[in-house]
Amino acid sequence: MPETIFTAKGLTKIYASGEVEVLALHDVDLEIGAGEVVVLLGPSGSGKSTLLNIMGGIDSATRGRLFFRDIELSALDERRLTDYRRKHVGFVFQFYNLIPSLTAYENVALVTEISDNPMRPEEALAHVGLEDRMHHFPAQLSGGEQQRVAIARAIAKRPEVLLCDEPTGALDSRTGIRVIEALLDINAKLGATVLIITHNASIQNVADRVLFFADGHITRTQKNEKRMAASELSW
Amino acid sequence: MRALDIKLFRDLRRLWAQVLAIALVVAGGVASLVMAVGSYRSLEETRTAYYERHQFADVFANVRRAPKTLATRIAEIPGVAAVDTRIAKLALLDIPNFSQPATGQIVSLPESGQPALNRLHVRLGRLPEPGSLKEVAVNENFANAHAFRPGSRFSAILNGRKRDLVVTGVVLSPEFIYAIGPGDMMVPDDRRFGIIWMSERALANVYDLEDAFSSVTLKLSRGASEPEVIDRLDALLDRYGGRAAYGRKNQASHEFLDHELDMLNNMSRTLPPIFLLVAAFLVNLTLGRLVALEREQIGLLKAVGYGSLVIASHYIKFVIVIVLIGVAIGGVAGAWLGILVTKLFGDFFRFPFLVFIQSPDLYVTAAGLSLAAAILGAIRVLRDVVTLPPAVAMQPPAPLVFRHFLPANFALGRFVSQPVMMMLRNIGHHPFRAGFTMLGMALATAILVVSLFTRDTMEQLIYVTFFMADRQDATISFIEKRPQHVVHQVASLPGVLAVEPYRQVAARIRFGNIERRIMLSGRPRDSDLSRIIDVDLRVVDLPESGLAISDMLGKVLGVNVGDSVEIDLLEERRRTISLPIVAKVEDYFGIRGMMDAGALSRLMREAPAVDSVQISFDENRREPLFDALKAMPVVSGLALQRVSLANFRETLALLITSMAGIYTGLAATIAFGVVYNGARISLSEHARELATLRVIGFGRGEVLRILLLELALLTLIAQPPGWAIGYGLAWIMRTNLAGELMRVPLTVSNLTYVLASAIVIAAAVLSALVMRQRVNRLDLVSVLKTRD
Repeated sequence: MPETIFTAKGLTKIYASGEVEVLALHDVDLEIGAGEVVVLLGPSGSGKSTLLNIMGGIDSATRGRLFFRDIELSALDERRLTDYRRKHVGFVFQFYNLIPSLTAYENVALVTEISDNPMRPEEALAHVGLEDRMHHFPAQLSGGEQQRVAIARAIAKRPEVLLCDEPTGALDSRTGIRVIEALLDINAKLGATVLIITHNASIQNVADRVLFFADGHITRTQKNEKRMAASELSW
Repeated sequence: MRALDIKLFRDLRRLWAQVLAIALVVAGGVASLVMAVGSYRSLEETRTAYYERHQFADVFANVRRAPKTLATRIAEIPGVAAVDTRIAKLALLDIPNFSQPATGQIVSLPESGQPALNRLHVRLGRLPEPGSLKEVAVNENFANAHAFRPGSRFSAILNGRKRDLVVTGVVLSPEFIYAIGPGDMMVPDDRRFGIIWMSERALANVYDLEDAFSSVTLKLSRGASEPEVIDRLDALLDRYGGRAAYGRKNQASHEFLDHELDMLNNMSRTLPPIFLLVAAFLVNLTLGRLVALEREQIGLLKAVGYGSLVIASHYIKFVIVIVLIGVAIGGVAGAWLGILVTKLFGDFFRFPFLVFIQSPDLYVTAAGLSLAAAILGAIRVLRDVVTLPPAVAMQPPAPLVFRHFLPANFALGRFVSQPVMMMLRNIGHHPFRAGFTMLGMALATAILVVSLFTRDTMEQLIYVTFFMADRQDATISFIEKRPQHVVHQVASLPGVLAVEPYRQVAARIRFGNIERRIMLSGRPRDSDLSRIIDVDLRVVDLPESGLAISDMLGKVLGVNVGDSVEIDLLEERRRTISLPIVAKVEDYFGIRGMMDAGALSRLMREAPAVDSVQISFDENRREPLFDALKAMPVVSGLALQRVSLANFRETLALLITSMAGIYTGLAATIAFGVVYNGARISLSEHARELATLRVIGFGRGEVLRILLLELALLTLIAQPPGWAIGYGLAWIMRTNLAGELMRVPLTVSNLTYVLASAIVIAAAVLSALVMRQRVNRLDLVSVLKTRD
């Protein structure tokens, strides 16, 4: 097993909503290796996104401990968590979350301007095959193109972790496959650990490991002996 | 309660900070109107009631000595309802522990106690006993200035003889609400000028006026013609040494009071409408943006089956409630401030009572205007939103297609950071929204400038009047005109360094059919103590002949330099002459005519005479000088310029700056409301973008900076236009405030601009602090799950 990048011990998240408490994540233990591609599968409300958000440093656990290498994320304050996101994590969202007033190039530059050792924006866009569209605004790009800009923005800082929450959820299958292709490409070229949340079961075939979620637990882990290429996917 | 009404209530609670901020903008406008017009009406009504209850006269005349029997003939003049004759004299006073010579206006009281006209209001003690040569009643301001109570003593030189007097009562009179002593400028000096009421019998004895009078006041019946009565009265009094009679309009106290109320009225007609309109405009903008943010909820309501009209009326109800909260806050604050202002002025005028007028029409006007503006703002947005299909409305508006400012491959990003680029594009692609936001801030600055600039004008007025024009240390007035040699007499008094003689003659000036009563002053052509300053603040040398007039008088009459005016000389040998206007003078107090003293004595066909002298004196020798003046029976008073200035600052300037302070407070409230709402709505509009930035690694501070960058830029860009609009409003206000008794120069100092901007910027900083809390609470998780 490669070097461990994430270690979770007894990770629990309880959302208090009024007088009702919702147990979103229950006593999760987990290790993820550097450079792994992990797919998280499960029904809505099963805890996938909660785990991803805590790993990304945008939410905090109620109980338990989470380590990024030897940094205990569950002990960091808001300022250090921001620093952690800035240096180590790239996010890809279902609805792209691009800044509409900035071009593709500028959306990427937004991140490179605050990173320590970033790629040039055009280089990041070249990784996702959008070097010709870099002066277009989001509204002038298709959904797949927008998602690839979002990936370029996520990888431009050379992150060690790429966290993707339903990256193909809003896309048709052909475009979705291109996006998965881009994510695997980044994993291969930059060695980034990639975590993908999806409802699309066929995507599990591109992963090294698949985590099945239900009711806040990881109910099953499946290790793929052989990863399928994105081009072989269909749904 | 219907579900929509519950939603309304909850929405108001959820948005309480914004609701309050918008309500405060409305309240600022409403309060200014209710306060200003309300207090003006109350004071006006108080004055009317005071005049009526105390039988304030309509016509006044002084005479050297007229027989009492003449009163019957005066009463027979058509239109005269009541006649009151009396003895009125000026006398020098000697007050314990007050070295300066003070002046008393002695007025007689009939045997019955209260006079028929100008009845007194006794505040303390009682009126003097008939026939007593010792007992006096004094006006309250004078009593307070010397801590006089019934039983206090002082002395007066009555007809050349010093008499000891004892105070029996402290009174108020409608005739001396504003008691200006000889030589005083605009502001009463209560320490050195008092009104002293004594028994008529005793005074007649002292002044040798048995069965005679030296002053008469008349009450006219309704519909009587004042000019006709005055003409007839003048004709009757002429042979007894009558000085021209005059109506209330020219009665000193009434004239000053009128001017003060006029100023208050003009202020109330200028500032509150500006405030109200600015507030209405801002409420229109703000509520429009607030309703636009409700787009998704409107879509949802449509989707579940609510009709457009129901939804529209729900949101209109929402804005109505906000405006009504504002009207309620503004109404209460305005009424409270109105009472405060009424009391402030009522105290200053020493009204014996105050009448507070309720003005429901003001609430209706203010509420109506604010409601109309708010509803129009809501409708403007609702019209677009409710016509959308529900499915479209439920989604946020489609992202705008942004365009490049410059060719696409020209990377502006090389020069500015991406956050700056975001801001520039946001402004560039919403030019109207940015423009209106800026206009809102500019108006906030402007109403602050117009509230603050009165301080500058007061300082400029003081500078020009006290340091450029009237530079004398003191003015000595004489009981009657004196021959020229009095100048040498005064020059030889201890400590006197320079003396300049003046002669003043009452006159009517006429051009076409416009006529004014003025004082015509004869002065040395090369005067150095009291100088004439023109519109451009240059010293004017009087020509050998011809007349220089106040610029304001020129405007009133419509005359220019070179025109000739008709002058009725109202003293001595009365006659009418024609004089050319040779100069117009920028002065701030009164309307007057000035000419060479020699020319005036030629016109009067008299030997050179003097009514008053301006002097400068050695401060180290003031006591011997005061003692010497007290020993001169011809002296009626001494006005010290330094004291006049201090009084001016303490009273008139204080009143004006207090009003300015209240307006500044209201303007600051409006400014804060505008800036806060601008920032808060901008946060709602950009919440998703900002949360995304937080997720991809921007810190709280960085995100806050991005949010505030636009606010800061718009606030800063808004300042110069704000100053310009403010200057324009100040010009309007100055023009509206200009009266025949007092004008203010249009001076707006740099400090005022800086202060106005500082208040708006402080409001922006305060808003930024509130925004910081909001940015810290941005929900990062929900951003990942919601659609753009």
